[in-house]
Amino acid sequence: MAIRPRRAKVDVASPSASPEALLGHYRDMLLIRRFEEKAGQLYGMGLIAGFCHLYIGQEAVVVGMQAAIGGGDSVITSYRDHGHMLACGMDPKGVMAELTGRAGGYSKGKGGSMHMFSREKNFYGGHGIVGAQVPLGTGLAFAHKYRKDGGVCLAYLGDGAVNQGQVYESFNMAALWKLPLIVIVENNKYGMGTSVERASASTELYRRGEAYGIPGRPVDGMDVLAVKAAGDEAVAHARSGKGPFVLEMKTYRYRGHSMSDPAKYRSKEEVSRMRSEHDPIDQLRRKLETEGIADEARFKDIDREVKAIVTEAAEFAQTSPEPDPAELWTDILLPA
Amino acid sequence: MPIQVLMPALSPTMTEGKLAKWLKSEGDKVSSGDAIAEIETDKATMEMEAAEDGLLGRILVPAGAENIAVNTPIALLLGEGEASTALDGAMEGHIPSTAPVRAEAPTSLMPAPKAAPTAPEEREHAGATRRMTVREALRDAMAEEMRRDPAVFLMGEEVGQYQGAYKVSQGLLDEFGPERIIDTPITESGFAGLGVGASFAGLKPIVEFMTFNFSMQAIDHVINSAAKTLYMGGGQLGSPIVFRGPNGAAARVGAQHSQCFASWYAHVPGLKVVAPYSGADAKGLLKAAIRDPNPVVFLEHELLYGQSFDVPEDPEWVVPLGKAKIERAGRDVTICAFSRMVHVALEAAESLAREGIEAEVINLRTIRPLDVETLVASVKRTNRVVTVEEGWPVAGIGSEIAALMMEHAFDWLDAPVGRVAGADVPMPYAANLERLALPQPDTVVAACKAVCYRK
Repeated sequence: MAIRPRRAKVDVASPSASPEALLGHYRDMLLIRRFEEKAGQLYGMGLIAGFCHLYIGQEAVVVGMQAAIGGGDSVITSYRDHGHMLACGMDPKGVMAELTGRAGGYSKGKGGSMHMFSREKNFYGGHGIVGAQVPLGTGLAFAHKYRKDGGVCLAYLGDGAVNQGQVYESFNMAALWKLPLIVIVENNKYGMGTSVERASASTELYRRGEAYGIPGRPVDGMDVLAVKAAGDEAVAHARSGKGPFVLEMKTYRYRGHSMSDPAKYRSKEEVSRMRSEHDPIDQLRRKLETEGIADEARFKDIDREVKAIVTEAAEFAQTSPEPDPAELWTDILLPA
Repeated sequence: MPIQVLMPALSPTMTEGKLAKWLKSEGDKVSSGDAIAEIETDKATMEMEAAEDGLLGRILVPAGAENIAVNTPIALLLGEGEASTALDGAMEGHIPSTAPVRAEAPTSLMPAPKAAPTAPEEREHAGATRRMTVREALRDAMAEEMRRDPAVFLMGEEVGQYQGAYKVSQGLLDEFGPERIIDTPITESGFAGLGVGASFAGLKPIVEFMTFNFSMQAIDHVINSAAKTLYMGGGQLGSPIVFRGPNGAAARVGAQHSQCFASWYAHVPGLKVVAPYSGADAKGLLKAAIRDPNPVVFLEHELLYGQSFDVPEDPEWVVPLGKAKIERAGRDVTICAFSRMVHVALEAAESLAREGIEAEVINLRTIRPLDVETLVASVKRTNRVVTVEEGWPVAGIGSEIAALMMEHAFDWLDAPVGRVAGADVPMPYAANLERLALPQPDTVVAACKAVCYRK
């Protein structure tokens, strides 16, 4: 078997994004927001079960980062993964149907919220063990370098995972071998119910690579354009062969850690202040209005489009059949 | 049509709850995301958020009501421009559909998969052989597969410049260079995870653990990342990787460096587990493991590395995984063993022969999937089985074989299955105690005589 070099498409969008790009970011963030709200509702109706970690509030991070990479680059994350999959261009119907555990889901209903993959979209999961996606992502970056295909890997982790030992084992190897790895720490201030201050001796998480000579930047993760700009810098660094880069996205999740988390560890005021003053979608909407890029009618159109996609996904997720009982025994081993 | 607001499930285990408090009143305007009520679940009190924009038209369940089943309508929401008269009759004929579309229900439990999937036929080797050590056979297997497939690479501690902690990778760095023979830092969890990630991308890593004792640092990646991903992804993403290195007890290295992991890894669906004995096994099985599209745990034995055997030279010769080998034919008792214990079993068979007991020795070669067919066929001839392993007895490979023999060969057994295993203790250091902790030919002889009812 020959190694096929895959040339990653380099996104050369100018730093001052075009009106189309801005509208695209708005639409993509809104899609994630509405999708997650719908997932929350379906959970409430008992159609989605088990663990379900919603991404509401953090949308700017994945949308901004996705805009900074190209088609041949790879993405991997932890279990709060619905937003990442939608940003990668995976079909909302397949994602939602996986949440409801149906045959039409990305994993035929066998993976659930935390375990979905798409080779086609270079999305490598969806991993439930906190921190495990970092060495796995380092391996994806290793494969890009091994094949010399010019690709980079985006590996996302949370502020909780950042204290796992294997994260630093990965930092060491990625820096040692100059692997094209961009580590994105989504600091939403709480690892489940424990605030960063209560969990981390050093809370400047973007500096966690310093011992390995890995540059890092803190980023306003509620501002999609700030994310995109930082992403551009980190991706250029990694793609040019200089090795890994750490981005700490200061972000916020509005919902609990998972559906069953009453979030008693933070005040209502804190949540409503973030919602009213820093919401990534509202911020971009104001910019689009001020700059005259979109008017009320245009926003209504986008709303309608997004709502239709989400409604269709929810409908599909409820009508797709449960997996065939025979599926219990498939996909354990590939034929040798 | 007003929208029914339903009692939500707010935890994985909630079936009913208390409507603790309404945070909005009838007539209030609500936006999607607004907290409208407090619900007490089995675990906590949670806020319930509106899913749609609208006007809270009617509250159907008052605050303080308990034991409200999930999905009971608790309020009606009027949409934009909807008159309050629409509230009347809103409850008629509208039953929320929450029951999933059931796939055809199985009438009984799914049958267990065949204990041994039919293994590919083993090709009888008639070509040239060369006398070589197990160490060289393993090295040749890797070199041949690396020449054949540029996606194959080797990584681990001291595999390159040092030429292998046990000299298994001797010469490979010279031939393949540092891009494919990769010296890693001492960081098992990290490089095992890195290897699995690279395998997701289609590369075929061989990850060497200096010994399998250190694989415990990385076992999460072997099991959660490598073995389960194909299933969790509905077949989309496999992990073609080999984890290899010496397993089991070496000599006088104490408890933390002397342990057999066969039973640990054999427990896991999604893994294949291989344990070669001879040089031919080592070469043919390792080549098959590297070519296999699934994650394979390949358990070598340090004390066999220096042993010499005749090994086929043909680079296309492989030993299919899942196929046991009868090393010695016999009619009185079947001894099944793997790895170095095959040697112990063969020695035991020699002494048994001197006492007129002809033992059949089966070299399992693959622990998962186990070649039940060959075992059962042997037991049908001998009617007695003794299992031999270096690992601990509890939930060991011998336990599994005993269970399989009951399921598949009960009517042919003339005696209970005999188990010989390592002593159920951490491995001691002292020479005499270490010897007592490991199966020896005489313990195997005694077990065989016991199942033959001979003194």
